[in-house]
Amino acid sequence: MVEPSEHDILIIGGGGAGLRAAIAAAEMDPTLDIAILSKVYPMRSHTVSAEGGAAAVIKPADSFAAHIEDTITGSDWLADQDAVEAFVKEAAPEMIQMEHWGCPWSREPDGSVAVRPFGGMRIERTWFAADKTGFHMLHTLFQTSLKFRITRYDEWFATRLLVEGGRCQGAAAIELRTGRVHLVAARAVILCTGGAGRIYPFTTNGAICAGDGMALAYRAGVPLKDMEFVQYHPTGLPPTGILITEAARSEGGIMINKDGYRYLQDYGMGPPDPWPRLRAMEMGPRDRISQAFVHEMRKGRTIKGPYGDVVHLDVRHLGEKKINQKIPFVRELSLHYAGIDPVRELIPVRPVVHYMMGGVHTDVWGATTLPGMYAAGECACVSINGANRLGSNSLPELLVFGARAGRAAAAFAREHQAINRPALITQVLDEEYRLSRDFLRKEGGTERIATLRAEMTLAMEDGCGIFRDEAGIRRTCERLADLRAHFPRIALDDRTLTYNTELVTALELDFMLDAAQAVAHSALARAESRGSHQRTDYPKRDDERFLKHTLAYRTDGAPRIDYLDVVVTRWPPAERVYGR
Amino acid sequence: MTSSVSSATITLEVLRYRPGRDQAPAFQSFQVPYREDWVVLDALNYIKDQIDGSLSYRWSCRMGVCGSCGMMVNGTPRLSCAAFLKEYYPATVRVEPLEHFPIERDLVISLDDFMQKLPAVRPWIVRQDDRPLDAGEYRQTPAELDWYKQFSMCINCLLCYSACPVYELEPRFIGPAALALVARYNLDSRDQGREQRQEIAAGPDGVWDCTLVGECSTVCPKDVDPAGAIQRLKLSSALEWVKNVVLPWGRR
Repeated sequence: MVEPSEHDILIIGGGGAGLRAAIAAAEMDPTLDIAILSKVYPMRSHTVSAEGGAAAVIKPADSFAAHIEDTITGSDWLADQDAVEAFVKEAAPEMIQMEHWGCPWSREPDGSVAVRPFGGMRIERTWFAADKTGFHMLHTLFQTSLKFRITRYDEWFATRLLVEGGRCQGAAAIELRTGRVHLVAARAVILCTGGAGRIYPFTTNGAICAGDGMALAYRAGVPLKDMEFVQYHPTGLPPTGILITEAARSEGGIMINKDGYRYLQDYGMGPPDPWPRLRAMEMGPRDRISQAFVHEMRKGRTIKGPYGDVVHLDVRHLGEKKINQKIPFVRELSLHYAGIDPVRELIPVRPVVHYMMGGVHTDVWGATTLPGMYAAGECACVSINGANRLGSNSLPELLVFGARAGRAAAAFAREHQAINRPALITQVLDEEYRLSRDFLRKEGGTERIATLRAEMTLAMEDGCGIFRDEAGIRRTCERLADLRAHFPRIALDDRTLTYNTELVTALELDFMLDAAQAVAHSALARAESRGSHQRTDYPKRDDERFLKHTLAYRTDGAPRIDYLDVVVTRWPPAERVYGR
Repeated sequence: MTSSVSSATITLEVLRYRPGRDQAPAFQSFQVPYREDWVVLDALNYIKDQIDGSLSYRWSCRMGVCGSCGMMVNGTPRLSCAAFLKEYYPATVRVEPLEHFPIERDLVISLDDFMQKLPAVRPWIVRQDDRPLDAGEYRQTPAELDWYKQFSMCINCLLCYSACPVYELEPRFIGPAALALVARYNLDSRDQGREQRQEIAAGPDGVWDCTLVGECSTVCPKDVDPAGAIQRLKLSSALEWVKNVVLPWGRR
């Protein structure tokens, strides 16, 4: 271990939430010493892949109440209503702030920002930068962050959070370039590490989305909330899982089965006309549309493709000009990765794991149950997304709660100055020893990392997919326990220190197994169907027993499951209706 | 793997370098299954997962937007997630780290130089006065957006630096991607920072170093056209010079 460093705030993860948190803290108090530590350079973070847009109330015909109600309905009433209210009210100024920082939003002819419709939203309120919204937001935030005095640890991989005296006081991290393990001490820590889509075989998520922050918090004793709620986006491109944005449908695209029939009308989303129509058919919520695919497949009405069953997304009627203007990335990706030109051809798509509604349990300020530790963005669960996130709510979420966590962490850091450096150094030396003993110097391993990883993803798909039942989830829990038992037998080909990416993938698999177990056991315990969690053995929503958040606590065996009441303020649970 | 998958293979020659262990970089050959729908990155992942876990390279989104996986593929800077094996099959594919950068390990290059140049060009909106949030958004017409939009599409993949013969000879050159960002912000109707960026853009390591080879625009995977951006910056610098030096009385 080399000379330790010390900061007021350490942010782990340099994507949208982490950068927003850093800027918020720096603006609140320019004297604060702020650091961002990330396993990739900030502009490589997965925020970059978000496409369709970011929702916020700005147009005169829209209202906060409407966005709140759409979000709560979309969540199948599992979202905390105080959190949703705060989110909706702060999303608009956050988005205007992004505009002032230079985000190249698409515009109306009069120069005001343009908005488009999005699934489950009753009015057009989704801001967009063509269909590269996440890319533009990430680069705008990153470039803006360069104005501020923010220390960056680019390509450092946090392997352990340091808890001392009941407070989180920093992290142990590997500097990838040298392989050295460092102490990065801090008065407050914010986790902004994104999602965990890589626990599944077919996902839109980049390679880096391995649930790092979720596992770090979980190991530090913080519960993971609502992990059973995993979003399948209806339109992934096989075989890669590359996302075809929902904006393809909001611009007028339709989904058809092998007979050219708009099948969503058979699943409570119709009638099909007039079209386009908000909160109906292809503009329904993602959970319902992905579930309809499975029904169609079982009826034999999907199309057999070289990579499994697909349905077709048809945007041909939009015409070349509109496609190039509004969804150019859809055309670029389809042409490049599927050899399909959407101007003339149907795009083959199938549901694909896209987003974790669950994550590190936080309050509305981003605070976790561990003093000094905060979380924001996809790795956190506040919760505004409940059982199903509406498309275009995640980008404003990372702004609103990234900024909130940044300010809350700043306040905490000013009030808690003491750092127990000797104790932290001891912990980091211990972590350095663990990494050496269990990975770099370990002999006799027999299991390939890739083999265990593939087995984990298949277990998740089999038991914790779009439809689930007790027997299937139990099998997945057993397979995951088995993988956990096998994990210490992994073999590393690479024992060197400089940029050892194999060590990183081993540690990521370790993290992913934690996240996967939390998903599976949370899913097993929730004996109802709600939003993205559909139990064929319990097909109804059960508010009596389960209008509650799941809290999974890590143990040496299966996670311990507990529950927490959902915050209901003004919107009592009701039937979730689309299509009319 | 099902029996319908053909048993065809393709050879990858990958440059390996482990500091402290290897004296100098050297090629290592790997045979991997050939699949029409595989990109070079898929082949590298196959090597890492099944043959040799010690091969190091960067990647994440595998959809051409995170900018991590730039490499030399048969001598040309490419995103390895966008370079299909079928473009090369049945010939051998030679994979090397991006040229003109120090190698950290195998296909991993050092980004330090670019990461230092990036903040130097002030790639953010500069204003004399900040607009309050409750005043709403700045108005910017679609035509005004079109002025800079192309230059805002850069993913920082650094293929352009790898293609740039000026950067090869003069590493102090600010370079294509960073200068495209100067144009991106200068041309944004919300920005007032052109003069602040002028010093570096028109300085000794700025646009006048560029000899307009245009390779940067040829290799750019996002059609940013850095060469075009540099030309525009040269033109506006020249006009500024005319205004200030040749016709000083015209200035107020």
